[in-house]
Amino acid sequence: MSENGKVSLTIDGKVVEVERGTTIMEAAKRVDVSTPIICYHPATTSKGLCRQCVVEVEEWRTLAPACITEVTEDMVVTTDSERVIRARKTMLEMLNASVDLSQSPEIQEQMEDYSADPDRFPGAKKRDHDLLDDNPFYVRDYSQCVLCWRCVQVCGDDVQKDYALAVGGRGHDSTIATFYDAPMPDTTCVFCGNCVGVCPTNALQDKTEFLLDKGLQFHEIRARRREERRKKSREE
Amino acid sequence: MVDAQRSVRTTCPYCGVGCQLDLQVQEEHIYGVKAPFNVAPNYGRLCSKGRYGVDFVHHPSRLIYPLIRKDLETRPRKPVGLEGFRRASWEEALDLAAERLAEIVRKHGGDAVGTFCSAKATNEDNYLFQKFVRGVLGTNNVDHCARLCHAASVAGLQIAIGSSAMSNSIAEMKDLDTFMVVGSNTTEAHPVISTFMLDAVVKKGAKLIVVDPRGIQMTEFATHWLRQTPGTDVAVFQAMAQVIIEEELYDQEFITNRVEGFEEYAESVAGFTPEKAEEISGVPAEQIREAAILFGKANRAAIYWGMGISQSVHGTDNTLSIANLALLTGNLGKPGTGLNPLRGQNNVQGCSDSGGLPAVFPGYQSVADPDIRGKFEDYWGVKLNPEPGLTTMEMVDAAENGFIKAYYVMGENPMMSEPDLRHARHVMEQMDFVLYQDIFLNETGEYADVILPAGSFAEKRGTFTNSDRRVQLVRPAIPSPGEARADWAIIQDLASRVEEKLGREHSVGFAYETPAQIWDEMADLTPPFQGIDHDRIERESGVQWPSPTKDHPGTPYLFQDSFPSGKGKLTPLEYSPSAELPDEEYPFILSTGRVLYHWHGGTMTRRSKLDDIYPDPLVEIHPQDAENLKIEAGEWIKVRSRRGEITVKTLITQRSPAGTVFIPFHFVEAAANELTLDARDPRAKIPDYKVCAVAVEKAQP
Amino acid sequence: MTLEPSSSTELTQFLSECGDRGREMLLPALLKAQKIHDFVPREAALEISQALQTPLSDIFGVIDFYSMLSAKPTAETVIRICTTPSCASQGSEELVTQICQHLGVDIGEATLDGKYIVEEVECLGLCDHAPGALVGKEMLGEATLETIFSPGGHPVSEIYGEERPLTSRIGKINPLSVREYQEAGGFNGIKRALEMSPEDVIQMIKDSGLTGRGGAGFPTGLKWESCAEVDRFPKYLVCNEDESEPGTFKDRALIEGDPFTILEGMMIAAYAVGIDKGYLYIRGEYTKSHEQLTKALQTAEEEGFLGDQILGSDFSFSVELRSGAGAYICGEETALFESIEGKRGFPRIKPPYPTAHGLFNQPTVINNVETLANVSLIMQIGTEAYRNYGCDRAPGPRLFSLSGNVSKPGIYEVTEEITLRDLIYDRAGGIPGDKKIKAVLLGGAAGKFVHPDQLDISLTVEDVRKVGLSLGSGAVVVFDQDVNMKFVLHGLGHFFAHESCGKCYPCQLGTQRQAEILDRNLHGRLLTGDVQRLQDVGWTMTDASLCGLGQTASLAVLSAVEHWPEIFNENGDSYE
Repeated sequence: MSENGKVSLTIDGKVVEVERGTTIMEAAKRVDVSTPIICYHPATTSKGLCRQCVVEVEEWRTLAPACITEVTEDMVVTTDSERVIRARKTMLEMLNASVDLSQSPEIQEQMEDYSADPDRFPGAKKRDHDLLDDNPFYVRDYSQCVLCWRCVQVCGDDVQKDYALAVGGRGHDSTIATFYDAPMPDTTCVFCGNCVGVCPTNALQDKTEFLLDKGLQFHEIRARRREERRKKSREE
Repeated sequence: MVDAQRSVRTTCPYCGVGCQLDLQVQEEHIYGVKAPFNVAPNYGRLCSKGRYGVDFVHHPSRLIYPLIRKDLETRPRKPVGLEGFRRASWEEALDLAAERLAEIVRKHGGDAVGTFCSAKATNEDNYLFQKFVRGVLGTNNVDHCARLCHAASVAGLQIAIGSSAMSNSIAEMKDLDTFMVVGSNTTEAHPVISTFMLDAVVKKGAKLIVVDPRGIQMTEFATHWLRQTPGTDVAVFQAMAQVIIEEELYDQEFITNRVEGFEEYAESVAGFTPEKAEEISGVPAEQIREAAILFGKANRAAIYWGMGISQSVHGTDNTLSIANLALLTGNLGKPGTGLNPLRGQNNVQGCSDSGGLPAVFPGYQSVADPDIRGKFEDYWGVKLNPEPGLTTMEMVDAAENGFIKAYYVMGENPMMSEPDLRHARHVMEQMDFVLYQDIFLNETGEYADVILPAGSFAEKRGTFTNSDRRVQLVRPAIPSPGEARADWAIIQDLASRVEEKLGREHSVGFAYETPAQIWDEMADLTPPFQGIDHDRIERESGVQWPSPTKDHPGTPYLFQDSFPSGKGKLTPLEYSPSAELPDEEYPFILSTGRVLYHWHGGTMTRRSKLDDIYPDPLVEIHPQDAENLKIEAGEWIKVRSRRGEITVKTLITQRSPAGTVFIPFHFVEAAANELTLDARDPRAKIPDYKVCAVAVEKAQP
Repeated sequence: MTLEPSSSTELTQFLSECGDRGREMLLPALLKAQKIHDFVPREAALEISQALQTPLSDIFGVIDFYSMLSAKPTAETVIRICTTPSCASQGSEELVTQICQHLGVDIGEATLDGKYIVEEVECLGLCDHAPGALVGKEMLGEATLETIFSPGGHPVSEIYGEERPLTSRIGKINPLSVREYQEAGGFNGIKRALEMSPEDVIQMIKDSGLTGRGGAGFPTGLKWESCAEVDRFPKYLVCNEDESEPGTFKDRALIEGDPFTILEGMMIAAYAVGIDKGYLYIRGEYTKSHEQLTKALQTAEEEGFLGDQILGSDFSFSVELRSGAGAYICGEETALFESIEGKRGFPRIKPPYPTAHGLFNQPTVINNVETLANVSLIMQIGTEAYRNYGCDRAPGPRLFSLSGNVSKPGIYEVTEEITLRDLIYDRAGGIPGDKKIKAVLLGGAAGKFVHPDQLDISLTVEDVRKVGLSLGSGAVVVFDQDVNMKFVLHGLGHFFAHESCGKCYPCQLGTQRQAEILDRNLHGRLLTGDVQRLQDVGWTMTDASLCGLGQTASLAVLSAVEHWPEIFNENGDSYE
């Protein structure tokens, strides 16, 4: 470590000096090197799931997630090596094979950046889910969910401490779940919508926006709300 | 995905947190709300009201043109719906209003007019409102709902330290070390603030002491939960102070340098042991002792409180008992310490700051102080009334006694929020003239002679000041519906007309072109605001007053070196019981308050999709009580007090202790304030909404 | 929905015994509920949530994660049949079909009377008794349709070795008798340790050259030392008995046959590092081990070998037994911590390492069962005698689990340098029917295939590493010339797809994509470009996965592509 408590390292050939404890991602930003992200969000604790931000660190056996790996003195980082590009591209291709990314422009953009072939994995198992429309505020379409966990994080420790959501299932078929898959109004959900605010795809979508997307007019949306209310009060 | 045609940054119209919102607008319609992650105070966080509750601005029941009561003659006047009014032009409505106000002022003097400005309106609206009231009507009878929420906090804090604002900022909460939350259902009333507080608990291991009769969500995160009988707060805090003194956990250096009255105070609490407090409050003595020791030993400890402290017949004492703890332990003037009343309305801080109070000009400058009055007289060019005006409830009393003949109500609903509504209604019926200015017709508006349709927060420019004194911009996102206009523009036109009718040769000045000009005038007259202007807020997103100069960065926490009153003051207190206690006929304690999905009188949230998730007025009742009364969950039951009765739906829960029922006050069809008691704190004049006696029975089939 | 729990007496009793331990008791509580109801009813989950102060959604997430817990009704008896390589090569899939036909149900579907449900599961550690089954709580070797319904006779592994210093007592003494254990040299290790300073004990382990036997091969003494140096308390010791690596069954034999030696190893480690609380985590399928250890712990406590002031010293140490609930990933040390903490078995990102931030975020030493057995041995016989076993590059005895097509499957205690060829041919009697070896899977599913040309490698950590292989947990699965490698690969693909925790994308998606391609390969329908796809997926998983599972999930497959390109025959079809 330098005497001033800073750490000096090289990123894509550029030398940069940063505070100790800085992540590779932050250090890279200082020299205008950006890393693609999916699960990372400044409002959530970094957890290194999507591995889109992986970079190659000299002498490391595996690639390092830049969002969470702290810099060390004399580290030599490459963000555009063949291994890095292959990993990022393959992950995007695998993800696109499982998830409906048609309404995720940011990930689509990454696919273009890495020349990822959207049809690279023919015959792949899709994560298909029915649309869940169980509350007045937002709809959930987990066919579009990339399992970034942001919603679970903001519902839990990172923001709301409400813990209405958790990761369910396992492996490829993991999903975001509620207690025994209960509809949102029957959970501890407080409808802060902070989950919707951090969703990187359209898996969580404001209901009004969803209905507008379907071509409804504002007055029709209002009428529909009235109808849903009546139905609910009849059921009670 | 809908593309926002535009996204407009503004400040949330609900509680005092002042969350920054990005309204998503398409075809002049707000279809969604996002939150920016990089700005204070909310950093991307919102609650259900901020995110889903702003659709009220598009509700078909918005007032869209001026209205005049069809029957202006009959007395006592009756409340009427829209059918009781006819459409009028702005010209006609303003003329009529100005004529009647001028007439009453001419005949009975300015003090015959009572006015309510609004904690929901902007600083600029309120500044102009009080300028009109003081400068044109010639009275200081201007007040707003702060009276009904934090007046006791204000009164208590003025005595203790000479300032009543929240002393610390929201940004400090996530780094709290030890803190106490008292009488605040923070997760429902100030949801976003609660998430920052709980960050400290969940991520940093902060210690939380909750003092509350209800098993609110905050208790789930508390290291200590002191569950006192409603209305016995003073006993608990007195005993905590006793322990702190006995264990010598007080901050001698701080007391020596910055506090007076220690000896006398120490003597006064000497016999007030936790055991004695246990008898009164029901909180086990050991818990009180542990909490006191935790609080006394903490390096930094902060206190946050809400309506549970202030809305009480001894609200001022409650506040003082808390302030005593902070002064004893030196927990003031440092980050992560302090005395923090959590503000209710979005702009209750700003409305008070802007002079919406009977005794003070903007910036809490006393109307009775000749030098200050002189400054305003010079600036406005008019002689001003030196007598402090009446508070909201005093205005009700004065109206009942015939001293007040007219009301001008802007953006408030005293007919829902005043205690003992039956009494308030009676007063309303007797008025000579009622002028009402709002975005919806509410229970108060139903008594009006003239109704002026106002623009909502989403349709105008100005500033709101949040709970931690951050002045933030409100920006127009959509045009007002119909002929509705911004409040400041309405006041300006009305004021000019009244001046004309009164034959004033010189106008005190109502020719503003923008709200920014109004702010600048207020800042000119108010030293702590002098460094703040609209352009600066635009650049910095928000500035925390005091900021006396343009290069002053603003003030995240107060009292670093001294208190406005010089030294802090420890006040000996005595415990006194609540004004109305349960008896055989009315065996339950009723406590009122908020729920997450609704707001205040419900004017906004009941017209929002929020109402879909919480459509019915609920009463929380303990399972044991429900069993005794053979009441089932979801059953409609009658709750009755000496003053009125309402019908509500049962929610069986252990949140409230046995013997206590809780009813939110948002529902006009079952207004909790039909039941509450018009008993007031003697100093703050705040009514007690938290303790009265009621009976609970099955509704007749 | 009401959120008021209804209680069952037995569960309520259990929860009240949990006191204020909170979420840490979640997995035990859920296993309890599962045992009472054959699944975890919503009401039970509500009761657990309140008692353990754990969010409802998290409880559901945990139930949903572990394959031995279910949120939906199952059946009285679960028939679990292992379908991982060793057992699959002995016809376990056919057995599943037979059982299903017999019961008239599909896999995962309960019989109408609610008595049985059939599940295909991953390795049960019965590879030397393939096909292995777990019927209710009973383990069953050489399972057939008949024995499935009348189980009995717990399968015991044969242990081979000229000298068996590590397993000397197994089969010779009553494994639950402290007296017999002591007569056979037991507890001399801890007695000797207590006479030494903790620092000297660590030095002794360092001098012995012992490396971890769980797979990573990290020097045990160094691990202890770095934990001992952290000045934060409490510290924890964890014994990892989540033996789930397909082809591995030696830890089970150690626990069942000589439990005190593991406890003794734990005691020594705890003393050396300054720890007073240990956890012993056993995989949920090892019912017999659990039983054995419960008794052993009780006996050890009664006889004063665990508890306060052990053997009159100042050293106090207690051990708590924890059962897994069906998740291969929990063998990964940080996932195991999460599991003990009552969470889904998600591995953590390293650093920080367990020695500083382990269980409950406290400094933790986690050692494998065989490693701890070695610790006991070292302290019992001394460094010098210990180093006489093995070779300089790999001191001490080492256990290998041999299964598949070998004449004498079982556990081999190896005390000298030996080649893979000698192990298979000289020790294990070669291949039945004198068939040729097609492949050897070394190190389990997470290992790689050894080509017949490579059989002369010396089985030390260092030597195998030189040729890009790994000993892993010492699993050796032999496949003869008649084995359908496509079938074996397909099985491996499914194993990883089933066991990926789903946390990081490369593994969550990669194990699924890999399984899909290996499926196509099995059915001879490989598409143009599939080999490249397989490699891209594999390399991506290896390079970019978060934990060891993902990083090794394609090693075997990639090695097969290298050794036998002919079995990946792209027939040129495009996908329809």
